[in-house]
Formats: sequence, structure tokens, C-alpha cells
Amino acid sequence: MCLAIPARIVELLDGDQCRVELGGVRKEISLALVDGAAVGDYVIVHVGYALTKLDAEEAAQTLALIAEAGIAPEAGR
Amino acid sequence: MKYVDEFRDGTLAAGLARAIAREADRGRDYAFMEFCGGHTHAISRYGVSDLLPANVRMIHGPGCPVCVLPIGRVDMAIRLALARPEVILCTYGDCLRVPASDGLSLLKAKARGADVRMVYSAADALALAAREPAREVVFFAIGFETTTPPTALVLREAAARGLANFSVICNHVLTPPAITAILDSPAAGELGTLHLDGFIGPAHVSTLIGSRPYEAFAARYRKPVVIAGFEPLDVMQAIRMLVRQVNTGRAEVENEFTRAVVRDGNPKAQAIVSEVLELRDEFEWRGLGVLARSALRIRPAFAPWDAEAKFGLDYRPVPDHRACECGAILRGVKKPADCKLFGTVCTPETPMGSCMVSSEGACAAHYNYGRFRDLPAVAADKPVTQAQESA
Repeated sequence: MCLAIPARIVELLDGDQCRVELGGVRKEISLALVDGAAVGDYVIVHVGYALTKLDAEEAAQTLALIAEAGIAPEAGR
Repeated sequence: MKYVDEFRDGTLAAGLARAIAREADRGRDYAFMEFCGGHTHAISRYGVSDLLPANVRMIHGPGCPVCVLPIGRVDMAIRLALARPEVILCTYGDCLRVPASDGLSLLKAKARGADVRMVYSAADALALAAREPAREVVFFAIGFETTTPPTALVLREAAARGLANFSVICNHVLTPPAITAILDSPAAGELGTLHLDGFIGPAHVSTLIGSRPYEAFAARYRKPVVIAGFEPLDVMQAIRMLVRQVNTGRAEVENEFTRAVVRDGNPKAQAIVSEVLELRDEFEWRGLGVLARSALRIRPAFAPWDAEAKFGLDYRPVPDHRACECGAILRGVKKPADCKLFGTVCTPETPMGSCMVSSEGACAAHYNYGRFRDLPAVAADKPVTQAQESA
């Protein structure tokens, strides 16, 4: 139910609407719940509404932290 | 898909599994509840439990809107749709198959002639009302904080456009009171049948409400909370963070899902919700019972778009099927396989209880991805030869 997926904004449209792309699929969604979204931003889309913008830098940091976990403490030093 | 595939990487998952095994203290057990059905689904689908050491156990929580929706609310929608032919009842797909009274569901009511339609978005229901001025379009809205802002937006838009033939049955519920109910339950308290060391906090709910609302009960109940995304690596990283908190005696709110969640959430969405909706004094949850201040209703200023007021709908509580264990499963005290109905009469095709309906329900997730783990493995060590067969 809370399923939501990250999609990239490809075009801003009138009335708080925008077009997003996800794996080759394009869909019109609403940006009424977020401020300052621009073309190229990733937003998390739920039932046709963007809930929030996705922070690319934080995503990269989280992945880096996760990757570090695989390195055993001895080997990592 | 960017921001999805990389959080499902098997090699990284194996690394996280090694880290969790290394960091978990062999001298103790860890039991964590994933509140959300989204996490339940990810754990089942990607076999996360199989990657955890035997002393780290996950307990499914009640964070599945379809699962906690009481029968009486679905009955209310069915009664309205059957009694009034002018009504088009719209709802999200998950709601359609929830078992209600008299062997009905919204889908079966449709087979009896009610005009029930599935929508992808609340906005689709509003658009339908604009296209069909001679009909009454009623949106049966369910969901936690994630799904609430779109409902608030369409109500506001209906009011602004003066769309008199649109209304909403509001069933939106709140996450923090449900977590509190679990921590206050006798099972977690004097009965001691529910041992909990911490929570994996909601992903998308938290994009809206932020991480701040969990701080009070992390402190009050001394239970760590780690907010995590819905991908398997997010879940595993959160488990690792919880293990670390337990090991060091901390009970803090930490955020693994920093790519989408900030402490204060989404203030714009919060403002829209509080403009249109307000707290209900109480609301019945399946499994958790009647919880005070745990759900939202439409503010009096928007009463013309409140279907409960407009059509004089009344709520009549209905007990669950006697053999159905959904209630205990939602409270975390039983597992799907403990239910006599599981996998026999109750399957995703013919659900008896709500936890078998939505793919994120604990029973449906276990049925789809884990039910064969309950059966003993039978080794077919010798190939059967023709001679043996004829013997």
C-alpha cells in the first residue's frame, strides 16, 4: 500500500503536474506535495503524487556505508 | 531502475549478512519488529530472514492498511454501493478483495451489481466525478500517512471546484499510535509473550512525518528505532544498526533512509493534511482494537465532501472469523503458520482474513515466498529405477 518508487522528472507541466520516467515508462504525476522540483530530479512517487525529492548524495553515502560492511574489519584496515 | 536495483545487490547483501553475523552477540537473542508491510514484503521476497544468524529474528508488524482495516468499514462501503445505484465507489486495488460480512467483498458486491471501480490515484476518482456529473462518486480512502496527503489534496480541490458529486469515506490511520499500542499491549508487558528489542521504522510514512515522531517512544519505552527504505539492503543495514544499538545499550531513533527522510518530514504535505483532516477521538483497528486518536476524519468545513456525513453512514463493528488469527499476527504474537486457516482454506486466491489479501500482509508474504520453509525437506537420495517401480 505504501509502495512508492523513485522516478526521474523529464518535463514540468502546468498546474503542479510533471512527467516522470521510470524504466522507459512515462507517466504524468502531481508535484503538489513537493517544493522546488526540477527536471532531472528524482522524486518518490506514490499513487500519482511525488512525496519527496530523492537526495542523490545521501543515496551514494548509504550505498558506500553498506559496501563497507562487506569488508571484514581486519581486511579493511 | 536507478535507486532501486543498486539497493538489491546480492554481493552487497552477502557482505551485510557477514557484518550482522559478526556483530550480533552469540550469547543473546535479538527480536526486531518491522512495522511496515513494505518491509515484511521485502524480507519475505528477498529471503532476508535466511541471511540472518539464528539469534536475530524478525517479527511482522501491523503496518499494512488493508490488514488493519476492520470489517465494519468495508461493510459500510458495500452497503452504500449496493443501496444507491447512483453511487460509483472508487478505491485502491488492495481494498477490493478484503473479506467483509455475509461472504462479500467490494469485488463481490460489484458482481452483484454495485458500481465499484479500482483507481490508481485519488485524483482519478476526482476526475471521474468531473466527467460523471449525474453520478455520486465516493472515494473509499485507506492508508497510513503516506497515502493521506493525496486524499487531502483531492478534498481541497473538490471544495475549490465546487464538485458536489464527489465525497470521501476517510479511513486514514496513523503510525505512532499503532506502535504505542503494540508496546502497551499485555503481550509486550506483563504477559511477556512478545519480546521486542527494537523497531524498523517506516520508509515512506517517514518521508511525510519525518523521524521526530518516533523519538518520544524510543525514549519512553527504551526501544531503538531505525527508519529504513523498502529495499532489501536498506532492511539489512537497519538490522545491523539495531544490533549495534542493542549491543551498546542505546535506544535512539536512527535514519538509514537518509536519501528520502529528514527529521521534520514534508511540512508542505503536513500543512495540507491538517487543513483538511483532523484527529478522530477513536478508531477501531483490526487486531489492535479501538485506539484513541489513531485515525483521521474530514474537518467540518469539508463536510459536504464527507461521505459519512453526506449519506448518513454508520459504523457497526463486526468480529473477525473465529478461527482467523489475523489479530494476533498483527500484534506480533503469532506467525502466519500458527493459524489453522493458513494455506488451507485461506490463500491469496480465497482470503479469509485481511493479512492474506494485500501482498504486504504477513500471511500473503509468507504464503507467496516462505510457506515451503515450514515443511521438512525430503531428500530424494536414490533415483527411482524402473525395477523398483515394478517391484
